[in-house]
Amino acid sequence: MSLVASEVRWRKPSILPGFGLAFGLTLSVMCLIVLIPLAALVIKAASAGPADILAIATSPRTLAALRLSFGAAFIAAIVNAAFGLLIAWILVRYRFPGRRLIDAAVDLPFALPTAVAGIALSAIYAPNGWVGSIAEAHGFKIAYTPTGVLVALIFIGLPFVVRSVQPVLEESEVDIEEAAALLGASRLRTIFRVILPAVAPALLTGFVLAFARAIGEYGSVIFIAGNIPMISEIAPLLIVIRLEQFDYAGAAVVGMLMLLAAFLLIFLINLLQAWSRKRLGDV
Amino acid sequence: MSDASARLSAPVPRYADRMREGFAVRALLILLALAFLVLFLFLPLVSVFAEAFKRGFDAYLAAFDDPDAMAAIRLTLIVAAIAVPFNVVVGIAAAWAIAKFDFKGKNLLTSLIDLPFSVSPVIAGLIYVLLFGAQGYFGTWLKAHDIEIIFAVPGIVLATVFVTFPFVARELIPHLQALGKDDEEAALTLGASGWRTFFKITLPNVKWSLLYGVLLCNARAMGEFGAVSVVSGRIRGLTTTIPTQIEILYNEYNGVAAFALASLLAALALITLVLKTFLEWRYADSIAASRHS
Repeated sequence: MSLVASEVRWRKPSILPGFGLAFGLTLSVMCLIVLIPLAALVIKAASAGPADILAIATSPRTLAALRLSFGAAFIAAIVNAAFGLLIAWILVRYRFPGRRLIDAAVDLPFALPTAVAGIALSAIYAPNGWVGSIAEAHGFKIAYTPTGVLVALIFIGLPFVVRSVQPVLEESEVDIEEAAALLGASRLRTIFRVILPAVAPALLTGFVLAFARAIGEYGSVIFIAGNIPMISEIAPLLIVIRLEQFDYAGAAVVGMLMLLAAFLLIFLINLLQAWSRKRLGDV
Repeated sequence: MSDASARLSAPVPRYADRMREGFAVRALLILLALAFLVLFLFLPLVSVFAEAFKRGFDAYLAAFDDPDAMAAIRLTLIVAAIAVPFNVVVGIAAAWAIAKFDFKGKNLLTSLIDLPFSVSPVIAGLIYVLLFGAQGYFGTWLKAHDIEIIFAVPGIVLATVFVTFPFVARELIPHLQALGKDDEEAALTLGASGWRTFFKITLPNVKWSLLYGVLLCNARAMGEFGAVSVVSGRIRGLTTTIPTQIEILYNEYNGVAAFALASLLAALALITLVLKTFLEWRYADSIAASRHS
């Protein structure tokens, strides 16, 4: 009796069956596959003790790897925000041959396995590659430098911005722009004062999604990065190296720092999406 | 007076010009976007096939005449054949619980389902090594019972399930929510059993978004590299999947063979994109709910 009462308080009664089975299965799998293993990471990292955690986290190699992962991810997300907005804009507002093809191709980085993207990018941007040779002639080196890391992170982050901004641009009311134009605003002024503020939450969400994905990216980066410790070694690679040395604590501490960043970013994305919903007025 | 007439006769930009960018600006913006896409999307895709066929068609085919390559292809198919159906069942269950019922902690559960997307694939591999690896929490116990998880197929399946966990549920939840529960309630009121209602009403209603989720789940399952590479140990012919075999070949400077295997995955990606675009175009209304989530 008391069990029924507590269940009623916990969830609204419904005539649909199967809640127990569906919820139970979801929660069990979630715990076994996701939550308990992630907890093991936190426990393993914590069991190293505060002194060791601090020593691992602040070792020059860890700091260099984290700085590269976060720094390159941040710059890549900025590049993606700019070009993602541009691509979403031309896809929604302009009509030109091949538009549908480009619209479909934007998802390529989602569909193409990261290892394939990695070897393809390094083939193109290597000193003897299609683009790399041109850069080399002008004194630039792209592959096997931090710039190569940036190229890979731009590749994998692009769809996040385009797919965040595109629906907002599609749904934005052209009458508001008409009103601005009728009231005498120049096109540039309309873009900066009317259109951009409307897409700002979506653009920022896309930026954070691209940033979050780029921080943890591994497959597409390691082929083009050159992986020189302290210079072009990303944090996920450092985890792999520590594991290969059977330094589980070292791997776990770097892993936990990245997990922490991921949680902060999820929280930020939720805030942004709440802001976006409020801004657009649809729930 | 003269001031006012001067203002009237001054060329006022036409309303139409203020409503859209001029032709030159539009052309410039399109070209800029295209240049970016060529550099970052089209060249990489084209180069996969160009590198694979660099030494001709025979050299391309020879890459598949290798027991390790065939073993990698077989393992990739086996792993996807386990991980994808598993995540379909769990994804449907999660979507049913979340979309059809109101309960406390629903938002938390929804966020948790998306969690694997936010975690680095390397961490997805690391957590299982920490649990089941030789020096992991269950390592000694597993060794005593002669069970191999890490550096073996079960670990690869686990890591793949982890990284593909959200795909099905996140496509189904918004669609099921948009559909409401009137249809199911009507069927149940008319005497249909729960399972019958599910198979005759719910599943047909969401079949296209389910297929969409399965498609993305499968592409990721077959292409996952980071997580698999950490748990598999990359033992040639035994625990290498296509992506990890690509890495081995590439690091051995066997470019043609690496790109030949890569061309399989690139073709899979292209098929996935074509099917995805087709589903979005043909069943736009049905899938719209999930796209705008």
